[in-house]
Amino acid sequence: MADNPYKDLKISKGAVVEPRTTLVNKTGSWRSERPVIDHEKCVACGNCEKFCPDMAVKETENGKFEIDLDYCKGCGICAEECPVKAIIMEKEEK
Amino acid sequence: MTEDRFKHDEDLFCSGHRACPGCGAALTSKLVTEATGPQTILSMPTGCMEVTTTPYPESAWGISWIHNIFENSAAVAGGIETAYKSFSKRGKEGYTDKDDVNFVVLAGDGATFDIGIRSLSGMMERGHDVLYICYDNEAYMNTGIQRSGSTPMGAATTTTPAGKQSLGEDIRKKDMPSIAAAHGLEYVATASVAYPEDFKRKVKKALEIEGPKYIQIFAPCPRGWRHESKNTIKIARLAVETGLYPVFEMENGRITNTMKVKDRKPVEEYLKVQGRFKHLFKKEGGDEIIDYLQEVADVNAEKIGF
Repeated sequence: MADNPYKDLKISKGAVVEPRTTLVNKTGSWRSERPVIDHEKCVACGNCEKFCPDMAVKETENGKFEIDLDYCKGCGICAEECPVKAIIMEKEEK
Repeated sequence: MTEDRFKHDEDLFCSGHRACPGCGAALTSKLVTEATGPQTILSMPTGCMEVTTTPYPESAWGISWIHNIFENSAAVAGGIETAYKSFSKRGKEGYTDKDDVNFVVLAGDGATFDIGIRSLSGMMERGHDVLYICYDNEAYMNTGIQRSGSTPMGAATTTTPAGKQSLGEDIRKKDMPSIAAAHGLEYVATASVAYPEDFKRKVKKALEIEGPKYIQIFAPCPRGWRHESKNTIKIARLAVETGLYPVFEMENGRITNTMKVKDRKPVEEYLKVQGRFKHLFKKEGGDEIIDYLQEVADVNAEKIGF
């Protein structure tokens, strides 16, 4: 994981930045609906991961697909593209 | 920083970028990096993807990436390629051999169809070993949905608003793949975000070829097209299934492969799910534009053969 780019921030010539530093920006806070995967129904086809524009669906070590809610913006593409309708969108409540 | 069970360390295009939910262009960026791999230098002009992925001091990219102004991404990529060619020839130390590096441009339709077409034409003419990929969302989305040369007939944008005197854009979409092919390119292809494997295969195939290559990918924009973010893939699929956005490969000016469409759908199915076309169904004269778009789809089916 890259270090926090805001630490000791200097303005450099050509503005060179470190890779993968947007990871400090938790876009999960944008969400109004959260995807919930029903692992009983899931056939692990990987469509949700393939179509996610935010790289927020990951195949975890136990072989299951899970949503990284730190970054999921709640667009709903995964639920829409799931062939077995194993993902539902639930309203976020504060 | 994030929960340990989610690994982002190997992503070449990373979470945390500021593209809108359901962004077709962000999905395109991910697919491009998955296909090119890490040995890639990506040149990117101004546009949504530049602005949302690299707010200083952050970067969403895990590959070498350079920003340039709107008009010269192809020229910059061509320059980098030429520099590497020279390094390899002279045996300069500390640089990877030119043949092991992919030189790629990822640009929006505004930077491709309008502002950057001069430097793109020059790059293709000079024959640089560069793959130019255009993510086509059919308007200048970053600056606030102004029309571009790619905006299709009938689409409402902020500079072609539908109203009493107007039915949206009144100029047809520019045929950019044919313009690229007219430069004598060995490989030109179109793709759609609805078919990621097809797109990745085309990127890999293009990178095998020495010389300039052009790929255009259809990338819906929920904000600009006024559709629900969850429908991005559905709309991209409908564009192909109606024949409005043919997906094909063109080698040396000849179409060699097309995505076949069984039982082509009427264009209304594609138009009615997008707010930018909603006036066509309400206003007088809208049906004529729908008829025109149907004709475009019919001609595509005949000309390209699917």
